[in-house]
Amino acid sequence: MFNQENKRLLLQGNEAIAYGALAAGCRFFAGYPITPATEISEMLATMLPQVGGTFVQMEDEIASMGAIIGASLAGEKTMTATSGPGFSLMQENLGYACIAEVPCVVVNVMRGGPSTGLPTCPSQGDVQMARWGTHGDHPIIVMAVSSVSDSFSITIKAFNLSEQYRVPVVLLSDEVVAHTRECVQLPDQKSIRVVDRIRPSVPPDWYKPYEGDNRGVPHMAAFGDGYRHHVTGLVHDEYGFPTQKPNEVQQFQNRLTKKITRGFSEIMMTKGFMLEDAEIAVIAYGSVARSALKAVEDARKQGVKVGLLQLITLFPFPRSHVSPLLEQCRAVLVPEMNMGQISREVQRVNQNKCVVAKHNRIDGQFITPNEIYAQLIKL
Amino acid sequence: MAVTAQKIRHEYLRHNKKFPHVWCPGCGNGIVMAALLRAIYRMEISKDDVVLASGIGCSGRMPTYLDFNTLHTTHGRALTFATGVKLAKPDLNVVAIMGDGDATAIGGNHFIHAARRNLNLTAIIINNSIYGMTGGQYSPTTPFGSTSTTSVYGHIEHDFSIAELAVTAGASFVARATVYHGELMDRLIEQAMRKRGFAVVEVISNCHVQYGRRNKLGGAVDMLTSFKENSITVSKAEKLSPEELEGKTTIGVLTDREMPISTEEYKKVRERASKTKGKI
Ligand SMILES: Cc1ncc(C[n+]2csc(CCOP(=O)(O)OP(=O)(O)O)c2C)c(N)n1
Ligand code: SF4
Ligand SMILES: [Mg+2]
Repeated sequence: MFNQENKRLLLQGNEAIAYGALAAGCRFFAGYPITPATEISEMLATMLPQVGGTFVQMEDEIASMGAIIGASLAGEKTMTATSGPGFSLMQENLGYACIAEVPCVVVNVMRGGPSTGLPTCPSQGDVQMARWGTHGDHPIIVMAVSSVSDSFSITIKAFNLSEQYRVPVVLLSDEVVAHTRECVQLPDQKSIRVVDRIRPSVPPDWYKPYEGDNRGVPHMAAFGDGYRHHVTGLVHDEYGFPTQKPNEVQQFQNRLTKKITRGFSEIMMTKGFMLEDAEIAVIAYGSVARSALKAVEDARKQGVKVGLLQLITLFPFPRSHVSPLLEQCRAVLVPEMNMGQISREVQRVNQNKCVVAKHNRIDGQFITPNEIYAQLIKL
Repeated sequence: MAVTAQKIRHEYLRHNKKFPHVWCPGCGNGIVMAALLRAIYRMEISKDDVVLASGIGCSGRMPTYLDFNTLHTTHGRALTFATGVKLAKPDLNVVAIMGDGDATAIGGNHFIHAARRNLNLTAIIINNSIYGMTGGQYSPTTPFGSTSTTSVYGHIEHDFSIAELAVTAGASFVARATVYHGELMDRLIEQAMRKRGFAVVEVISNCHVQYGRRNKLGGAVDMLTSFKENSITVSKAEKLSPEELEGKTTIGVLTDREMPISTEEYKKVRERASKTKGKI
């Protein structure tokens, strides 16, 4: 597809996200410039038209989110990319994508906040917002990238999950990953697993646009394909029409939740390092996971039995991966560039099984291996 | 006419959507809906090729009843969703239906940028001078001095002229009608849908329930009668002074101009880009 294929490239995290999106089949991007996410827009403005896709710069992030939903309903795989202030503006339409079950990927390259905050500094301050930013109970998937090669491969996974479950996926990066340049070998397009939404196979007259299949996921027709149907942000019945009947509302809400819980084993992704005999574990994600890996390696050299669990999926929180670790270890350390947005999730799972220590930084500086090491050996 | 009307109802109203609709008896929204359907019927466009997007408000409920690809979006954002649909599938006929608050308050930025961007889209704005659905608060088109539930002592802000706003923002085609002028309206909607470029039809409508009643303008019939009396065609208006035009609504085509359409221009972008593949 691109002739960069199978070559070693020196890429930034942001550029790797753009490549990952194309490899996943993304052919529509709408966005509004913001540091530290802008390079994703710039790359896709260049590359999408080369492959017959579409890039549009909208008037703001509200509009960008609306445009990717519209294009997804018309059959495209779509993405937008932003940072904190823009992510705040996207929340209302992100909820629309949840309720109307519109696949799309929303990249948030986190910077220091709140408000304009620290535009050029890294942060992980939007983790809980990614889960709960839009109003109302809603299903959503949140994933985090920690390196340039992750930025490529996890972007593809984000698209696949979004298509498979008809749910928006928020992909969290941070300023460190976004702007670090690393050498990566992009895999051959043929070797990449690409998942597409299931289209209806019944004739149009039989089509119920919001009837879940055995996984609870409705099959999705594109506008213009002959399956005329109604899409709304109101709670709706299987035909897509608004309803307030308590039984229909409940049924609908149950399906939305269950389609994700049924997929837990596939959706929850983590990576373990040196965990087999670990007595202490670091639980980390994003750029911090890389510092953590270095700290763990250094501690191992000193004979400390420590390992790392890198979270790729942040929400639904990978409880089934974290829980056994809490049984196994006497202590875990959760370093984050926020005041403890994931450590509180770990604590919820923990229920006093082991010591949960935190290491938090919100001064706009990234967490170094040495800092983590220093915390580790105290445990 | 009666036969045609029946045919249109049968063809375009959703059979599987349980009526009654949500609108008050006498509401102008139904008149706009009928005009839109007459236009589509005359143009013989396949229902599969029509996408009707709306925002939130009484006007926003229209697509629910119609047998097209229908998209009831969020308040003010219909044009952003419509932009995505149109860019992804440029061959579809995409029409956005919006209220005055929808299009020019919360969605005002999207509206002017859609006009400037000039995709081949049609925007129909039902201007009833009020936030109907939320119960009669003032909107960007509520006239100075009138009352609403949030301007009980008289409104102190000035109103937008939506059509003129669209002209200034760069729309390719801009027209205005009132719900009294049903046949003019369907002709204008047809022209707008045929127009290649961003086309706007502003329809002055009656919300006698939330606006008319509070401002002692009578019921639906009284309001329609006043629309008839206060309207003047664009060609007649050209001969009058601003003083003589005070309080009048100009109806007809305000602007019809040729400009590059961004869906077409983007095809050229793709061609230029494909030549650079691998180089950038
Ligand atoms: C973000 C947001 N803010 C407020 C509302 C509440 N709301 C619903 S409809 C409406 C006003 C509708 O007025 P208009 O667009 O003129 O449409 P009409 O009902 O008059 O047709 C408002 C403020 C909302 N749905 N969403
Ligand atoms: S409140 Fe006004 S705009 Fe809404 S349906 Fe009733 S008359 Fe129409
Ligand atoms: Mg209104």
